[in-house]
Order: sequence, then structure tokens, then C-alpha cells
Amino acid sequence: MSERQIQLEVLRYDPDTDSEPRFQSYTVPCKNEWVVLDALNYVKENLDTTLSYRWSCHMAVCGSCGMMVNGEPKLSCKAFIREYSDNIRVEPLANFPIERDLVTVVEDFIAKLASVKPYLIPKEDKPISAGEFKQTPAELMTYKQYTLCINCMLCYAACPQYALVPEFIGPAAIALAHRYNQDSRDGGRDERQEVIASHEGVWECSFVGACSEVCPKHVDPAGALQQVKVASTIDWYKEHLMPWVKK
Amino acid sequence: MSTKPYVREVSKFDWYFKHPRFMRYMAREVTCIFIGAYTFLLIAALGSLSQGKDAFDAFVQGLGSPFWVLFNAAALVAAVYHSTSWFNVTPQAMPIQRGEEFVPGNIIIGAHYAVWAVVSLIILVWGV
Repeated sequence: MSERQIQLEVLRYDPDTDSEPRFQSYTVPCKNEWVVLDALNYVKENLDTTLSYRWSCHMAVCGSCGMMVNGEPKLSCKAFIREYSDNIRVEPLANFPIERDLVTVVEDFIAKLASVKPYLIPKEDKPISAGEFKQTPAELMTYKQYTLCINCMLCYAACPQYALVPEFIGPAAIALAHRYNQDSRDGGRDERQEVIASHEGVWECSFVGACSEVCPKHVDPAGALQQVKVASTIDWYKEHLMPWVKK
Repeated sequence: MSTKPYVREVSKFDWYFKHPRFMRYMAREVTCIFIGAYTFLLIAALGSLSQGKDAFDAFVQGLGSPFWVLFNAAALVAAVYHSTSWFNVTPQAMPIQRGEEFVPGNIIIGAHYAVWAVVSLIILVWGV
């Protein structure tokens, strides 16, 4: 099993002692199959127990180990060391305040996610005895890719618009709103439109497309946002030019 | 545990130099300046046309200067880059679903190029 020594530069920040973040370098012997998260775990277990970072599943499902690897938003459990040079720079996810070391403050995203009501709002109440809400495979396909979002926030770290305008609801939250809007069982679009069709919603997006490029689950949030723009524009024309037509 | 989150400042003026994908995005946006300027040139052309044949001929002759030739060449490059970069993202904005499948993106992009070619051909033939 081949082994390679790398220099892992990690951005450190201790809110109790530091006035600003600083880089700390660790020499890590890495195995060929290691990912950046393995190197961090090596540091934590062998070199520096004070290093803080989030992780859980180690298989690109939980979405908690997102960080900047050489300036690019990555899931550290999916960033293979063998694809990088001998110097790897690891920083907390961009565009989020740093809580400690690689741990960011994510409350802003959580609040935005909740604001778009990312859950089924049935069109009408139905007693359980009336049976399930049925859906065809074609109806499922309409929104299926957006269900793959794991809320890892890499898209927010990649989005220059979110960096410049922190009020922007952002890619993942709007993509998830779109996912439920597209669901044939859902009737909550009007409620979500109040948030996602607002100025801080899709209209802050200028279609840089970075969100879709960095998404580790190949969701296309940029596409979702443009589709919401198209649908919202149609709404506007219907409302102003054809007020007699019901949405 | 202390909560004194550190906020990293983002430059409002040179962020687009930080990553190649931001540069590509800004290149697409900057093409608008050329397209906007070309629109003013067309309006000026119409203005001179409304003043009679002599004025229009003088206007067209003026366009032969190196500056205007260069500007037209730059505007053409900008317009082509603008159009192609937007055509290439149309499948994201306008996906077409047929049953359980989505129409491949290349077909949607290709349709845009086809319409572009046909419209250009009609204008050229009609113009000549």
C-alpha cells in the first residue's frame, strides 16, 4: 500500500485566544486511498487533539464535512489526496462565519432553509382512510434530482452572490423549494413564492452557475433557480396582463 | 464555549479575479456593454437614414474608419460569445420532460443554434 507525505495547511481559529484566523501546517503520512478527511482525522488522533471540524458519515451522505480544499468547496470525505499535490490547504467553508477552526456558523442557512417550507404541503386534507397520495414515475422524475441535496452548503460557499449579498436565500434552499413546488402531491407553491420570488430570492441570482459546478451530488441548483425565475415571470404577466386568468 | 465568530470580509470589487469560473461569468456579463453600444450605433444609423441619403452615405463611409471596423469586430466577437454562452445553459433553465425522461441538453442547445442559423440566413438573403 503506497504512502505519501503531504503538508496539510489548516486554517485555525480559536475564539478564546485568536483575534483572527491563522494557518497551521501538519506533516501527514497519507495512504493512497485517503481523502482529506482521513488526513484531518490523522492530525486529530496523532498530532493535535485541539483541531475542530465537523464530520459524520465519511461517505458523502450526511453533508457535514464541507470545507474549502485548495480554495474549492469540497466534501472532505470525497476529496482524494491522490488528486492533489503534496501541499493541501484546508479552510472552513467560504461565506460563513468561522466558529472555531474548520467549524462554521450555519444558522443563516438553516433559517433560510426553514423559510422556504421544504416539506410537502398537501393540496387538500385527506383522511388516512382515503389512502396514499399516488404519483407516477414521470411525476417523480420531474423533481427527483433535487431530492438528492444533502444540505452540505458547498453551493453557498461557491456562490459569489451570497458572498456579496448575505440576504440572498441562496441555491440549496431555493432548489429545495423548487423540488416541492414541482411535486405533484404538493399545494404549497403560493406560500413558498412569497420567499423565493422576492428580491432576496431568485432575483439576486445572476446565474454564475458555480453552485451547480461544485455540487457533490450533481444537483443543479442553478437550473432550479432559473426555472423559478421563468415561472415567476409567467406569474407576473398573468397577474398584470391577464388578471382574469387564475394561477 | 466562546462564541465570537470570525467573519471574513469579501472584496466587492475584485472578487471575480478569484476564480476562473467567476472570470468566465464576468466575460459573459461584459459582452453586454458591446451589445448595448452596438444598439446605440444602430439607432445612430437610423437617425442618419432619416436625414436622407447623403447623411446615411456619410455615416456608412464613417464606419470604414479603423476605429469602427475594430469596434464592429469586437462587438461581433462579444455577441457570439454572449449568444453561445447563453445557448449552452438553456437546458438548465428550460428542461423539457418527455414521460420519464428529459430531452438531452444537446438537442435543446442544438435547436437554439439551428434557429439562430435559419434566422441569420433569412436576414442575409432578405437583406441582399
